[in-house]
Parts: sequence; C-alpha cells; structure tokens
Amino acid sequence: MNSRTMRVLQAAAGMIVLAAGWEILSFVFPHYLFPPVPEIITRTIEVLITGALLVDVLLTAGRIFGGLFGAFILGSILALVIGQSKTAENFIAPVLTFFQGIPALSWVVFAIIWFHGIEFRVLFIMVMTTLPAFTFQILDAFRSMSKDLFEMTMSFRPSRWTLFRFLIVPTIVPGILTAWKVNLGNAARVVVVAELVGATGGVGYQLLRQQQLFDMAGAMAWTLQLVLFVLVVQQTINAIETWALRYRAVSERAM
Amino acid sequence: MNSADPVIRFKEVSKTFRRPDGRGDFVAVDKLSFEIVKGEIVAVLGKTGCGKSTMFNIVAGLIEPSAGDVRVVGHDPFREFDFFRGKIGIVFQNDRLMPWRSALDNVRLGLQILNSDPKLANETAHRWLARLGLSGRENEYPHALSGGMRQRVSIARAFAVDPEILLCDEPFSSLDEMTARDLRAEFVRLVRQSNKTAVFITHQINEAMEIGDRVLVFHHPARIAYEARLNAGTSENDRRKIHADIMRVLSIEQAPADASA
Repeated sequence: MNSRTMRVLQAAAGMIVLAAGWEILSFVFPHYLFPPVPEIITRTIEVLITGALLVDVLLTAGRIFGGLFGAFILGSILALVIGQSKTAENFIAPVLTFFQGIPALSWVVFAIIWFHGIEFRVLFIMVMTTLPAFTFQILDAFRSMSKDLFEMTMSFRPSRWTLFRFLIVPTIVPGILTAWKVNLGNAARVVVVAELVGATGGVGYQLLRQQQLFDMAGAMAWTLQLVLFVLVVQQTINAIETWALRYRAVSERAM
Repeated sequence: MNSADPVIRFKEVSKTFRRPDGRGDFVAVDKLSFEIVKGEIVAVLGKTGCGKSTMFNIVAGLIEPSAGDVRVVGHDPFREFDFFRGKIGIVFQNDRLMPWRSALDNVRLGLQILNSDPKLANETAHRWLARLGLSGRENEYPHALSGGMRQRVSIARAFAVDPEILLCDEPFSSLDEMTARDLRAEFVRLVRQSNKTAVFITHQINEAMEIGDRVLVFHHPARIAYEARLNAGTSENDRRKIHADIMRVLSIEQAPADASA
C-alpha cells in the first residue's frame, strides 16, 4: 500500500469515527438535538439535487469567490506598491494592520449601517476581512524574490512589464496560492456571518432559517454544503499548485 | 564609436557604499582606470572583497559609480539602460537559472526579453544547448541537472543573445576541477570563435593565466596593483615569473599601482 492510499484511509477512518460518535449520541439524545447520520446525509443530498436550494449554495460560493477575488486584486496592487516604495509601506501597512484587528462581526455591523444593497454589503465585508492577509502574504512572496535572479534578469535590460511577467509573477505564484488557501477558510466563515445578519439568500440565510425552525438536521446539511465547497476548492487549488510548482524537486515538495 | 576605441574604458572610477551600521562610507573601488579593446579576454584577479564584483556590476550597468567615467562601447552602461539590451551577456558565479523554467526556456529567456522571433529563439536555444553538450536535456528543470550542466545552461543563456561583451564572475568556482577545466576550455573556444570581448573575474591565478590575454590584479579598494599580458608565445619561463609576481602582489597588503610585467 503506498503512502497516499494510507493517508486517504487514515483520513477516512477519522471521519468514520466522528460519524459513529455522532450516531451514538443520536441514540442517547433526542433527534432534534442529534439527528441520525443517515438523515443528515439525506438532507445534504436533497440540498444538492434540489435546484431552488442549490441556488443558495451557489450564491454563497459566488459571494466567497467575488470577495476573495476583489481582495486578491486589491491586495496584489497594494503589495506591489508597498514592495516598491518604503513611503507607501509606511502609509499603508499600519492601516492594514489596524484593519486586521477589527473583528469580522464589526465589519458586518459597519456594512449594514453604511450600505443598502445586500450584495455590496457582503462584498465589502469579504474584501475588508481578507484584504490584509492577501496583501501581507503577497508582499512576503514579493520580498522573498531572489536578488540573484533579479540581477540576472536585469542584465538583459527588460521592460517593467517583461520583468513582471518573467520574474515577478512566477516568484509570487506560490505565495498567491498559499494566500488563497488560507483565506478561503476564513472567507467561508465570514460569508456565513454576513449572510446570517444581512442577506435574503445563501447558506448563512438558510442556517438562520434552520435555527428558527429548530431543525438540527437542516443546519448540519447546510453546514456540510459549505464544508464540501471549501474541500472542493482546496483540492482544486492543490491541483493547480501541483501543476504550477511542478518544477520543484519531489524531495523539496515533500519537505 | 571608432573601431580603434576601447570597448570598455574606466577612467578614475570610484564607488563608495554607506556602511550597513551607518558609520561612515566604505570605498569599494578607488580611482580605477583601465581599457579593454575588442576581442580581448581580460582576467581580473584579486582577493575576496577587493572590489572585483563591484567593478563587474559597474561594467554591467547594475550599479552607478560614485565618481569617474565608465564607457562601454562608447556609452554609459548605467544611464543608457536600453542601449545595452542584448549587448552584454553575463555568466554569474552561481548559475542563476530560473527554477520554474526548463533548460531550454532558461536559454530562451534573454531572447524573449529582446523580443526575438519565437521560432528563431527556439532554434537558437536548441543550437546553444547542443554546442554545450546538453542535447536531450532541453526539457529538464534545473533541479534535475548537475552543477556542471546548470552552469553550461547559464553559459548558453549568455551566448544565445549574441552579446558584444561577456562578463563572467567566477563562473566555474563552484564546480569540481575536472568539470571546471572542461568548461574553461569550452568557454575560451566559444569566445575566440565569436571574437567577443570578455572580462573574466576569478580568484585563481592558474585560471586567470589560462584564460586571459591580459591579467589584472586588484588590490583593495579595487585598483590595479599588477598587470601582465599573455599570449600563445609566452614562454614557460615568463609564465612562471608572472605567476610568481602575481603571488607576491597578492600576498602583500598594499602594492604600488601600475606595476607591470
């Protein structure tokens, strides 16, 4: 048995133990507190195959991607500006650090007070909560650029655009992928809070409805939608990473 | 530029850096003057930290001198940035290959920056890799190549843009003696064949004497402490004398400038 199969089996075993523990609890406690695992699975599949319900999942997914993409674009620009100017760093970095300290729930409150449109509120909250991390992670990747490779590339006298394309982008790609992976989980949590408070659709909104209906199986089913979404996207990013960083030695990647 | 003009000319060039601790300045190059003519291979020798690499970076246009005048093919290499596109090829001490590019793509890098026709760039890169004995390894990433192979790729990268001037900063110092000797011979052959002008920095006397038409010995801060001309007709006796002179100059802390063989 190879190590990959072993890892998959170990991960599956952990999940089976968790599901078994939950199932035991469902025998001990009333079903409205701990619904049986088969019921949760049925409800989860129901959401996935019912068009009207799936729209809510896709809406949340769209909000996560929209927010992350916005923060990524803005963060990349800020990182490149900070990376090239000490003065810009002195102005921008403290503000981003300050933003980092503001809880996601505070941004939700600010957004509700400041804006009317639901989608804009959610986008604002997502961007503000993930922007500092994106900026600092991309900045770190930019700063870790090899001075040797920079000098070598400069010896050919490239234009700024060529330098960006041939050196800077490949240098920061690993940092960008890591930033996406880290921020994805964070964004999935924040979007639910944002939808819970101020949206009329999406996983967060549906979670709020399940709470009002006191429907634990429904709450679990909607939670699992988000977990499944994060897992699928994480795996997609991992696949992109494996492809984009295929130049790295196997031993190096395994470290 | 007149054909008789030197390809590289340093006139009273100095370079001063601020010390990292902020306490005063550090003189790396001190009123350095020399000229190199077309087709000449000049080996620059000196102890570690004597300012060889600073001089190298000034010629390459990567840093600006603090004082004096530097002309490379009649132009200022630092201020006239775009003029030198494709005119200077550099082989660095370490291979400096981009790890995300295959051997072929690394050789193509300079050609892509110079906006060469992609088909032509491809053919040129293939040809240079073949000339340096790397046929069949074109699609390998740097991590899959040995140190000697990687340095061959970096030499191919420098030659592929067909530069007028080649600058080499101890390019074989990290290789084993056998590989270094082979690559040295290959390098000299390629430079002679293409009648390029080359500046070759080294800290090995034998390497400098094997490669250079002229050997410049630097003292710290970089200035010429000794100069010797060599050619195929230089007798074994003269070579031994030059070797001994270089040893002597390198072993003393301060040598009189302009001492020549």
